[in-house]
Amino acid sequence: MSEHRIELKVDGQPVVKTVEARTTLGDFLRDECGRTGVHLGCEHGVCGACTVIVDGKAVRSCLMLAVQANGVEVTTAQGLAAADGTLSPVQQAMQDEHALQCGFCTPGVVMTLTALTAGGARPTEAELRGAMSGHLCRCTGYQGIIRAARKLSGANA
Amino acid sequence: MTELTHAARFVGQRIARKEDRRLLTGNGSYTDDVVVAGMLFAAFVRSPIARGKITRFDAEAARALPGVHAVYAADDLRTLDIKFLQLYSSPTATPPHLWPLADGRVVYVGDPIAIVVADSRAIAEDGAGLVEVDYESEDPVVTLDQAKTLAKAVHPELGAKLADETSTPDDPGMAEVFAKAAHVVTGTIRHQRQAHCPMEARGVLAQPKGSGELTVWVSCQSPHMAARYLSMAFSLPAHSIRVISKDVGGAFGLKVQLWREEVSAVAAALLLGKPVKWIEDRLENLISANQAREQEMTVKLAFDADARLLAADLEYHSNIGAFPHGIGANALGMMMFPGPYKLPRIAFKAKAYYSNTVGEAAYRGPWMIESLARETMLDVAARQIGIDPLELRRRNLITKADQPFNMVTGPVLNWVTPTETLDLAVQKIDVAAFRKEQAAARAEGRYLGLGFAVYVEPTTMAMIGVLATEVAQVQVEPTGKITAVLSTHSQGHGTETTMAQVIADSLGVPFDDVTVLEDDSSRGGFGAGAGGSRQAVAGGGAAMKATAILKDKIKAIAAHLLNASPETVEIENGMVKVAGAAEMTTPLAQIAATAYFETERLPPGMEPGLSAQYRYRPPPIVFSNASHACICEVDRDTGVVKILRWVASEDCGVMINPAVVEGQIAGGVVQGIGGVMMEEIHYDEMGNPTAATFKDYLIPTISDVPEIEYCHLITPADNEGGYKGVGEGGAIIGPPTMVNAVADALAPFGVRCLDLPLTPPKLLALMDAAEGV
Repeated sequence: MSEHRIELKVDGQPVVKTVEARTTLGDFLRDECGRTGVHLGCEHGVCGACTVIVDGKAVRSCLMLAVQANGVEVTTAQGLAAADGTLSPVQQAMQDEHALQCGFCTPGVVMTLTALTAGGARPTEAELRGAMSGHLCRCTGYQGIIRAARKLSGANA
Repeated sequence: MTELTHAARFVGQRIARKEDRRLLTGNGSYTDDVVVAGMLFAAFVRSPIARGKITRFDAEAARALPGVHAVYAADDLRTLDIKFLQLYSSPTATPPHLWPLADGRVVYVGDPIAIVVADSRAIAEDGAGLVEVDYESEDPVVTLDQAKTLAKAVHPELGAKLADETSTPDDPGMAEVFAKAAHVVTGTIRHQRQAHCPMEARGVLAQPKGSGELTVWVSCQSPHMAARYLSMAFSLPAHSIRVISKDVGGAFGLKVQLWREEVSAVAAALLLGKPVKWIEDRLENLISANQAREQEMTVKLAFDADARLLAADLEYHSNIGAFPHGIGANALGMMMFPGPYKLPRIAFKAKAYYSNTVGEAAYRGPWMIESLARETMLDVAARQIGIDPLELRRRNLITKADQPFNMVTGPVLNWVTPTETLDLAVQKIDVAAFRKEQAAARAEGRYLGLGFAVYVEPTTMAMIGVLATEVAQVQVEPTGKITAVLSTHSQGHGTETTMAQVIADSLGVPFDDVTVLEDDSSRGGFGAGAGGSRQAVAGGGAAMKATAILKDKIKAIAAHLLNASPETVEIENGMVKVAGAAEMTTPLAQIAATAYFETERLPPGMEPGLSAQYRYRPPPIVFSNASHACICEVDRDTGVVKILRWVASEDCGVMINPAVVEGQIAGGVVQGIGGVMMEEIHYDEMGNPTAATFKDYLIPTISDVPEIEYCHLITPADNEGGYKGVGEGGAIIGPPTMVNAVADALAPFGVRCLDLPLTPPKLLALMDAAEGV
């Protein structure tokens, strides 16, 4: 297997590593960067659990190769809370609304909502719910996720 | 029932979960997140055919691949004395020969043939791809109809035998009841096969230690059950196995039992003397993790002229695959058929068949066919008799005055509120207004439907040996903080939170002071954890009893130190108080420090320290109940069903945390919606699974679900705390509610909707056929 040197930022920290061409970004973040909050739920791009933010956009890390991440900035769910432990607005809304149970799909849900509300953006509830259709959750029946999306939307801003 | 000695400050509150912070920040600890030094990775070689003999197995190229440490097939595991146990360790008369890896024959697509262990997952998969296997293929037994003929033995050593059957004794009077009945209604309902689909698939990491100890991280429903299973399966002393299971990404019955892959990975670790990890991918999960529900029930109901139930005659068949976790014909499903209705007479014949498909597992309400068949057939009956389905139910439901009520099948219903929850749901829906809206819509060619369903759910299941008890060890640390080790276990249930609510209230301490530990079989004592909607009842009861012992001890110490009588001592918000003597108020931490460090100040003869243990035996069965209602619209042109409203009117007794209760209901309902509308594990005629990815096996998304409206009634049962259990119910009552709503929408077409799943093409075909299109 061919090996490639990549340089990127993961949750603000510079990372320089050598990776096999076949290694996905998801596996790389988990195995090489300690980002075990990146959860691999299907590895075929449907469930959304592995979603991370790459250069500002929500991306399924199982569908991107690590070599493609050369030069990018990656943010994971482990990079959102403040240094003092304060949860991000998305994380806080999810907790307040009981939007998680087993927590396996959760980091992906958090990252998509984070990408869409970055910089104080307030998309409509319909936009956020539409984006959430790309995330599978088997525990909650989406009820708390719907409420969290509503809270984060511009609907009642 | 033990009354809370204080006004509950935490029980009944929608408290934010203790689990959430680590899970929201990506800092959970699931099995695949655990890394140990020298860890190797496993991948399986699996059968591509459903039935046949293995004629050649060649792993030479795989073994030669750099990075591959071992390739084990069936014979390579013979040095280990491995015995598979049935669900809940119940012995079965004649189980099929089951070995971790295919033993000469393969019996389903996905049957594990060899385990390849390598330096990385990728190399293990490369190695698996290099293993060559030849087969002599045979035509498989795939469908329930094929299995029923028993033409071919799935397991040659058993012969062409049923897997299991159960029936009522012959009732010679039954024929006459049906002959004389004013109304006889018959129908067959079919539930397709489903996959559990926990978002975290199965996984295990087994680490043999030089001391002879084996540490196993595994995605399971109880670390104690998993440790017991491995100890019995490998004939190893119980103390030599430590199972750790911190965060689990959903289970729903699938992970109640370790099975062939987990056992193979543990075997590989034992043989190699090295840590071996196996993490199931989604393809494996959808084809080779045990599945559920492929069942059909033919129901014959007799009613008198007033539409009162006279008798039910049931015939049940299920396809339980090749190696089910438990070999059974759903006796509980038969027993629960009467549900909350005054059914005076019942006969049933239930049969389970093996097939060349992956085996059955328990899945959230494994007996749910009873509610599905009963509630859908009551609606069929109402249409046939010409009576409103709500009126039909009301004439037959048990009321408060009927309780305790002896079900004809044996169980005794008490503290249940089927009539009251139904009334609440009806009010919330405003049925009269809906019927007007429905009539107006029909006039425009739009098809709206309203469905109701009512059920009682047997929870706790302490009549099953290994589920008989749960244990709690609660201690006040010298700091005054509380550590509780419980045999509960969360795969999303939130028991670290709910059990802490119970303990904080029972003891009189701040919620934040209580930490619940439930992730390690080497801590605490045996308990079965999640399964049977039992954790609030059994775990909550154990927590209350242990805490009560501890509280008495604290009171005795405080009374002794403060020269008061124990009856005047109370604990509130972590402060120990004496009635009428505010100046004596003492922090619990100070009492605790005395209990540990100033033992000479304790009452004479008292054991130092502040800890208590209680092993609680809950009632054998506790009953929850609910009535649900759904309004939907079926698109005449596409067959697509849109759910417009869903009302869940329930009574699970005392709610520890209503947000957790509603979360359990919603999760179950939406799994039920998936089962009715879209989910289907299907095999082609050669037994190849045709839904092997999440693009083919559709589970509900946010776009498929309604916002659920809840009504809560709180009728405590007489167990500790008055909790009644809520984990499985949504998945039991959700399906008939959904089916009845769709059937009501399609009533103008005169069709029955009893063949699940009700996919758009199927509904479209029903409507087209009815209109001769």
